[in-house]
Amino acid sequence: MAEAAIALPPKGGFNFDLCKRNAMLEKNGIALPRFRKTGTTIVGLVFKDGVILGADTRATEGEIVCDKNCEKIHYMAPNIYCCGAGTAADTENVTDMVRSQLELHRYATNRESRVVTALTMLKTHLFGYRGQVSAALVLGGVDVTGPHLHTVYPHGSTDTLPFATMGSGSLAAMSVFESRYKEDMTREEGMEIVSAAICAGIFNDLGSGSNVDLCILTKGKAEYLRNYKKPNPRSYIRSKGYDFARGHTAILSTKITPLKDQVTIVEGDAMEE
Amino acid sequence: MEEFGCEWNDAPHSMGTTIMAVQYDGGVILGADSRTTTGVYVANRASDKITELTDNVYICRSGSAADSQIVSDYARYFLNQHTIQLGRDATVKTAANIARELSYGNKSFLECGLIVAGWDKYEKGSVYSIPLGGTILRLPFSTGGSGSSYLYGFLDQAWKEGMNKEEAEELVVKAVSLAMARDGSSGGVVRTVIIDSSGVTRNFYPGDKLPLYYEEIPYRPTVEPMSA
Repeated sequence: MAEAAIALPPKGGFNFDLCKRNAMLEKNGIALPRFRKTGTTIVGLVFKDGVILGADTRATEGEIVCDKNCEKIHYMAPNIYCCGAGTAADTENVTDMVRSQLELHRYATNRESRVVTALTMLKTHLFGYRGQVSAALVLGGVDVTGPHLHTVYPHGSTDTLPFATMGSGSLAAMSVFESRYKEDMTREEGMEIVSAAICAGIFNDLGSGSNVDLCILTKGKAEYLRNYKKPNPRSYIRSKGYDFARGHTAILSTKITPLKDQVTIVEGDAMEE
Repeated sequence: MEEFGCEWNDAPHSMGTTIMAVQYDGGVILGADSRTTTGVYVANRASDKITELTDNVYICRSGSAADSQIVSDYARYFLNQHTIQLGRDATVKTAANIARELSYGNKSFLECGLIVAGWDKYEKGSVYSIPLGGTILRLPFSTGGSGSSYLYGFLDQAWKEGMNKEEAEELVVKAVSLAMARDGSSGGVVRTVIIDSSGVTRNFYPGDKLPLYYEEIPYRPTVEPMSA
């Protein structure tokens, strides 16, 4: 096979080169690294003046909670925010990527971004990766055409809904929405129902927990309320404090390797402008 | 999310579906249910499976939600360019063939069944069925999706040549609601789109407007929204 004169970056789409190696490693008994996932309850709701997005704040690695207060509501544009469920790396990166593309698009068009633009960019990317990018998103925003709320699935399909839930806690949250949602709610009613839905996920789903984040999007204004509700305060703090002085843990053996035998320090020239 | 036992998030979004289109004297009627499922969870109970391709041609989507949405988006895009280049409205045959090219050309990656129907001045109303492999077939009426299995016998008996608009719409609503009664992957509301020389009319039949069949109990509206 002739070698390319220039090393071109890969054209896109999933690169299957390492799959054989991974399969071989797994067969030899080496466990695959656990993904950091956001078990999650994320919701969105359209109310009279715009859209309210809500999310819990627990991130898990297998059964362990690795982040008790992570941020799942991602900024996409001044008027568009996106909640992400699924593999944390996938949701972070796909929303970051579309956020940059939207900004460039704003410069090129000299206009406020539209929610359908973000939606199309997300669905095109996810479809191309055939569901391997495990990002399930609730995208909401208010643009010149009005308030919009969409759900995006890992395979690239989308739905447009007046209220939506995603993540492992979606069934708990949807039960709250289905019983309490009505059209043209006020801001206070909307916030109350969204936080009730997230709390339903936090208390009834093992993959969701900690605090409630809200984001209220209206025409010309986006309010990101980080930790709007904290229904899981740390209830016990040892009065004597946590001090792990020497002697708490038994020392079995000590080995000291002086680094100066392996590292030489060389004086260099000062950096010049 | 596998460890939390929620395959409804990981399973691909599929439209279990009942879709159909019927040609009548003067136009076409497209009908569909509104249920989209991920595994056994109903992800969207009020989806719209009848999508616009042009002013006079619509498409019913079934199978994988992602695949059918992308195919109809591409078909709409190509048809838009074609209409600009042609200088007049695209024909239903052209629209159906564009959809077929996308479906057949990518047959190993796609899983979607489509029905393209509309009105143009040459053929008047026409219905084209494009099932999974990318075949194209012009028919006087066509059904698709998992719920269509329950309609073959019914339509053999109930479909007649030369129906008018009211009869055809009644047939579509009756058929889709029969399929919804028996197929777990179909449900929600019945949406119909009527396309004729004067334009497009969309109708919506929620649960209480649908006829009741054997063993079905009357529809009860959902409980009043709970107050805080």
